Amino acid sequence: MKTAVTAGGPGLESRLDPRFGRCSHFVVVDTGTGESRVIDNEVNLNASRGAGIQTAENLSRQGVEAVITGHCGPKAFRVLKAAGIKIYLAGEGTVAQVLEEFKKGLLEEAPGADVDGHWS
Amino acid sequence: MATGLTVAVASGKGGTGKTTVSTNLALAAAAAGDEVAYADCDVEEPNGHLFLKPRIDRRRKVYVPVPRVDPEKCTACGTCAEICRFGAIAVVAGQVMTFESMCHGCGGCLLACPVQAIEESGREIGVVEEGSSDGVAFTHGRLNVGEAMSPPLIREVRYAANGPAIIDAPPGTSCPVITAVRGADFVLLVTDPTPFGLHDLRLTLDMVRELGLPHAVVVNRSVPGNRLARDFCLDLGVSLLAEIPDDRRVAAAYSRGETAFGTVPGYREHFAGLWKAVKREAGWR
Repeated sequence: MKTAVTAGGPGLESRLDPRFGRCSHFVVVDTGTGESRVIDNEVNLNASRGAGIQTAENLSRQGVEAVITGHCGPKAFRVLKAAGIKIYLAGEGTVAQVLEEFKKGLLEEAPGADVDGHWS
Repeated sequence: MATGLTVAVASGKGGTGKTTVSTNLALAAAAAGDEVAYADCDVEEPNGHLFLKPRIDRRRKVYVPVPRVDPEKCTACGTCAEICRFGAIAVVAGQVMTFESMCHGCGGCLLACPVQAIEESGREIGVVEEGSSDGVAFTHGRLNVGEAMSPPLIREVRYAANGPAIIDAPPGTSCPVITAVRGADFVLLVTDPTPFGLHDLRLTLDMVRELGLPHAVVVNRSVPGNRLARDFCLDLGVSLLAEIPDDRRVAAAYSRGETAFGTVPGYREHFAGLWKAVKREAGWR
C-alpha cells in the first residue's frame, strides 16, 4: 500500500509533522515493496489558503492510498475520503517509527476530521 | 450627478475613532445643510447605529455566487480547478468538489468550463440594512458570524448608499478596506497621537497613495504638547486637517451611545470645523 507520512524533512529519520496540509514533505513508502520517495510540499506549506485541499488533491494524483499524520481538518478529510485515501493518526516519532507502528496495525483509521481547519 | 462629497474615514489601527469621526462628521454635514448619508462598511463589527440610532426600514440578504456542478455534464477535466485562484475547487477520483466558504464568487469557473456544466447558486453572507436618522440616510452591512468573505457585502453597502456619503471603513489595509474606500472623493485618515497609531497610519497612507485617492489626516484624542502626529504629517507631506481634543466627557458620552457632536460642549464646533476643512481640502465648494 502506497503510504504517505507527513514529515518535517525529506527522510525516514525526519520527525512526523502533525500538520497535514502544511507539512514540508511527504515520505511515501510502498509497504509491499519497501520502495520510498519524497514529495516536496513547500508550495502548500506557504499557500495563503486551501493547503489541505490542494495537498489532498496532489496525493490523490500521485496514487497515494493511505496517509499517516497527526491531525486532519474537515476540508482535507472530505477530499481524501472522496479520493479513497485512508487516514491514520499517529502521535510523535520519526517517519520510520510511525511506519513501523502502522505495519504492526497499531494505528487507527480516522473516522472523520479530528480538528477544525487552521488548527495549528 | 455629483451633488456632494463622498468621504471615506479610514485608519490602519483599530480603535483610533473611525466611528466617532464618521458619525459626528455625518451630523456636522447634515447640520451644514449638505446632503449626506452614513454608510457603515465595517461589516464585521458595525457599530455606527449605536450612536446614530436609525430607524431601519429596509433589510435584504446578500449572497455571493458559488458554483454548482452538474454531474451529468461534467467530464472532470479539471479546467475549473486549475483556473480557481482561491483553491475552492478540487478534482479527485473523477469528481469535482467545491468548497463554498473559499469561493470569492468571481465566476471564472463558469466561464472556463468547456462543457457548460457549471451554474451559479447563491450563498448568503450577510444583510444590508437601510434607514434614516435625523436627516442622515443610514446604511450598514452585517456580515454573518464565521464568514470570511466581506468585500461583496461591503460593495452592496456602498451601492445602497448611492450618493454623497460618509463611509465608515473597516480597520487595516487589505481587501475589505480597499473595497470600502475605492471610488470615494476623499479619504480622511484617523490616527491617535501614539507611535502605534502613527505606525499604522503610515501603512494606510501608502495604501491611499497607491490607490491615487486624495487624502488628509485628522488626529483624534489629541493631547496638548504632544507633537508626534503633527511632526509625522510634516515629515510625510500630508495635510493635517484638525486635532480633536481628548476629553473624558467624550468617552463618557461614547459609553452611553451618545455623540460628542450632540452632547459635549465645544465638539459641535470641532466637527463643523473638520467638515469645512474636508470640503476645502477636497476642493468642493
